[in-house]
Amino acid sequence: MTLFSKTAAELQSLLHNKEVSVKDLTEESFARIAKTDDDVQAFLALDEKQALQRAEQLDKEPMDGRGPLFGLPIGIKDNIVTKGLETTAASRMLENFVPVFDATVVEKINNAGMVSVGKLNLDEFAMGSTTESSAFRTTRNPWNLDHVPGGSSGGSAAAVAAGEVPFALGTDTGGSIRQPAAFCGVVGMKPTYGRVSRLGVIPMAASLDQVGPITRNVTDNALLLSAIAGVDPKDSSSSAKEVLDYQKHLTGDIKGMKIGVPKEYLGEGVAEETKNAVQEALKVLESLGAEVEEVSLPHATYALPTYYFICASEASSGLARYDGIRYGHRTEHAQNLDELYRKSRAEGFGEEVKKRILLGTYTLSAAHYESVYKKAQKVRRLVAQDFANVFAKYDVIIGPTAPTTAYKIGDTSIDIATKNASDLLTTSVNLAGVPAISVPCGFSNGLPLGLQVIGNHFDEATVYKVAHAYEQATEFHTRTPAIWEGK
Amino acid sequence: MSTLTTEEIKAAALRAMLSVTEEEAQVYVEKLEVFDEYVNKLNELDTENVEPMTHALQQENVMREDVVTDVLDREVMLENVKESKDGQIKVPTIL
Repeated sequence: MTLFSKTAAELQSLLHNKEVSVKDLTEESFARIAKTDDDVQAFLALDEKQALQRAEQLDKEPMDGRGPLFGLPIGIKDNIVTKGLETTAASRMLENFVPVFDATVVEKINNAGMVSVGKLNLDEFAMGSTTESSAFRTTRNPWNLDHVPGGSSGGSAAAVAAGEVPFALGTDTGGSIRQPAAFCGVVGMKPTYGRVSRLGVIPMAASLDQVGPITRNVTDNALLLSAIAGVDPKDSSSSAKEVLDYQKHLTGDIKGMKIGVPKEYLGEGVAEETKNAVQEALKVLESLGAEVEEVSLPHATYALPTYYFICASEASSGLARYDGIRYGHRTEHAQNLDELYRKSRAEGFGEEVKKRILLGTYTLSAAHYESVYKKAQKVRRLVAQDFANVFAKYDVIIGPTAPTTAYKIGDTSIDIATKNASDLLTTSVNLAGVPAISVPCGFSNGLPLGLQVIGNHFDEATVYKVAHAYEQATEFHTRTPAIWEGK
Repeated sequence: MSTLTTEEIKAAALRAMLSVTEEEAQVYVEKLEVFDEYVNKLNELDTENVEPMTHALQQENVMREDVVTDVLDREVMLENVKESKDGQIKVPTIL
């Protein structure tokens, strides 16, 4: 067992009573990583020396004025830049790349007094949903090492589930925080688009990407979002809306709240055990006084093709910066500048990344711009409008986070209905830009299932309130994988 | 059936500054075979009077004062450059 079975508040009280120091917590994180990460493979880089030095400094800070996250260890997805610490986006393109500034979210966790222990694995440039497209390693699900942790924030979710860190940062473009959180039995929040600064976040799709927290419980998640959210003058897409103290909204009182359950979210491709777990969760919420009704998001099945074209188009544009000139991989086989660009990019990018660049370039070409790209943007509005229509009458929307439990590593036999359901459940949220959380809601064959709670724009407080009330009425979040006790 | 041919893949690769071999182009043709199906799916909807949605939130004219703020030093920005000379990036012959 580890200290990280405790909540942030419990750890703070240990710190205040001098039962543990920040250094102890930091050492605990590295000890846990040493014990479990040979199996889990969540981390791409560790920052042990710096982290321990920082911990010693933080231990000297007076007790008054320490915030709720002070001294707590955190892991950072490796597509978020960290000054002086290698940041690769799990791509050969950025192998050995050492950023010269910190992402705004990294500055914010530092200001909160957190201790960053290292960088977490992901699908290359966050393009994938299993973490298998990482150029460097395959992360494994702590609940069953033969299974994937989900993705693209697979390292972040696995590290938290394995008790290596109590906190992690992930990014979510089409489900990349929520789906791995569901697969690993932890809590993952994708905030409203613009709620968290993207400065220093290596882009996949600029109009969809958002940073968010992955934790073991809803309260800790709310604390971390309050710390990282807010307007950033260096990211003009970040919102100036006031950041709430989300923890204050975790009252457990959801009496009279109206919950909409889209029939499209419990359709084809969603496994029976998933449907059952969601139905059980809805009963729990009803027993707490919420009103549950079926609703419809009529354009839900259009989210996948819409996402497919918009995401690839934005990625092809966003990844144009990797030219082998200013940073990143540079070929050694170029006779002239043109070859330098082409070969550097061909050698540096993996297959999935190239596929999306080619698709995006094709989609944005003069012949297809109107008929495909602009068409997708129009359908995006219809997908988003569906959410607005439901939120006019309901407080939150609830469904599964993922249609099944985690796949087996290397499984190429996943049927198309499952894949389509998977994208349907998560991508529409990014297209609409609304916030959504995944919380554990059951197990099937020893692997976790996730419940997705979706809210209206900038209404993270309500999402957290519902997720927290549900969590406190159930015990799924208290379970830990066998790896916690040693093998 | 896909609308994308190896020729189209190679043309896209040319614009994307990506070298792609004939064999690779064939692989991407197969990987992108859903293109047509997805376009057809979108075309089921009449979007004649729908405005394209370019961003998740409609934010317009995000302004700031026109003053110089902290930027990175040139030497710092050159730290990840493979080859540089006198503060300039070195590349192979252009002409």
